[in-house]
Amino acid sequence: MTPMGDKRLSSDTNTLSVSVWRGDGAGGKFEIFQVPSQESQTILDVVVWIQQKIDASLAYRYACRVGMCGSCAMTVNGRARWTCRTHVTKVLRHADDVLEIAPLNHLPVVKDLATDMTGFFDKWRDAKGYFAGQRTRAEPAARVDPASPARKAVDAGIECIGCGVCYASCDVVAWNPDYLGPAALNRAWTLVNDVRDTQQQARVAAISNDAGCHSCHTLGSCTERCPKSLAPTASIAGLKRLNGKAPQGALE
Amino acid sequence: MKAAVSGWRVQRISAMVLAVCVTVHLITMIAVVHGGLSAGAILARLHGNVVWGLFYALFVLAAAAHVPVGLRRIAEEWLGWRGPSVFAVSVLIGLMLAIAGLRAVFALTGGPL
Repeated sequence: MTPMGDKRLSSDTNTLSVSVWRGDGAGGKFEIFQVPSQESQTILDVVVWIQQKIDASLAYRYACRVGMCGSCAMTVNGRARWTCRTHVTKVLRHADDVLEIAPLNHLPVVKDLATDMTGFFDKWRDAKGYFAGQRTRAEPAARVDPASPARKAVDAGIECIGCGVCYASCDVVAWNPDYLGPAALNRAWTLVNDVRDTQQQARVAAISNDAGCHSCHTLGSCTERCPKSLAPTASIAGLKRLNGKAPQGALE
Repeated sequence: MKAAVSGWRVQRISAMVLAVCVTVHLITMIAVVHGGLSAGAILARLHGNVVWGLFYALFVLAAAAHVPVGLRRIAEEWLGWRGPSVFAVSVLIGLMLAIAGLRAVFALTGGPL
């Protein structure tokens, strides 16, 4: 028998102990499941396996499973992560580690691992985190120089998939429920730098208050945890530097 | 009204004033001590000096504006104490600081020797 064969016979390496949060907005508790270990297994693979093979009533959310849609974020062993792109081996460093999967922090739980993202996206709206242009589809597209500093600033923050990992990792969100949060402010910053946008005054007013960018304590958890390696901390610093004034030459 | 005087704006403007005041205060203090002036000599020079009186009055007012905002943030974020009550208490602390500070400034520069 090969050493590899020995390893496969060991129940420790073949089975994962997975602690999964079960409950709803009123409360709940962790439930342990035994899941077969597989090569290149992701956290989402584990959750799907439990739901398909053990308990069909397990509630969770995912769509693309390739890191594009931003719907599968959960708290994995205490840290918010995109579960479809997080390998089990990245989280479990020791043989007897237990995998613990819970819903995202700072959002109401709908059921089990699915949170209600309404408040999160309402804050994007409140931060004027949406584009409003001037031109109609009959007009030619606006030309934006890709090398301009404003366009480069947009590039740095535009790849957000709206997964909520930064929001769930932000202590200021926990301390101040009104705080708009890193994702909404990052989106606002990309739009502040969008020379075609026509609601700059309203946006800067929306984010320059005590629930906005000035509440950020630059703790940096959002930047540390962002699965897309964005830096909401830097975007928020940019908003703070506006000092409550719209960028020069902004359209109205 | 609360939106018009956002805490962050008060905090930032008062911080700019404090940055200047603290720098001037420290440099002056160090220079004076190195120059060998006694406490009595310093008091005699300050007495009746309108410029230093105004400078320290501004210093006190900036601190009295700055402190309540910071205390309020700590109360809100760490203690979960929010709303009009924390606003009132923080402003009261600011007023007490202003009164105590201005009284000290008057004693140094305008009061009886």
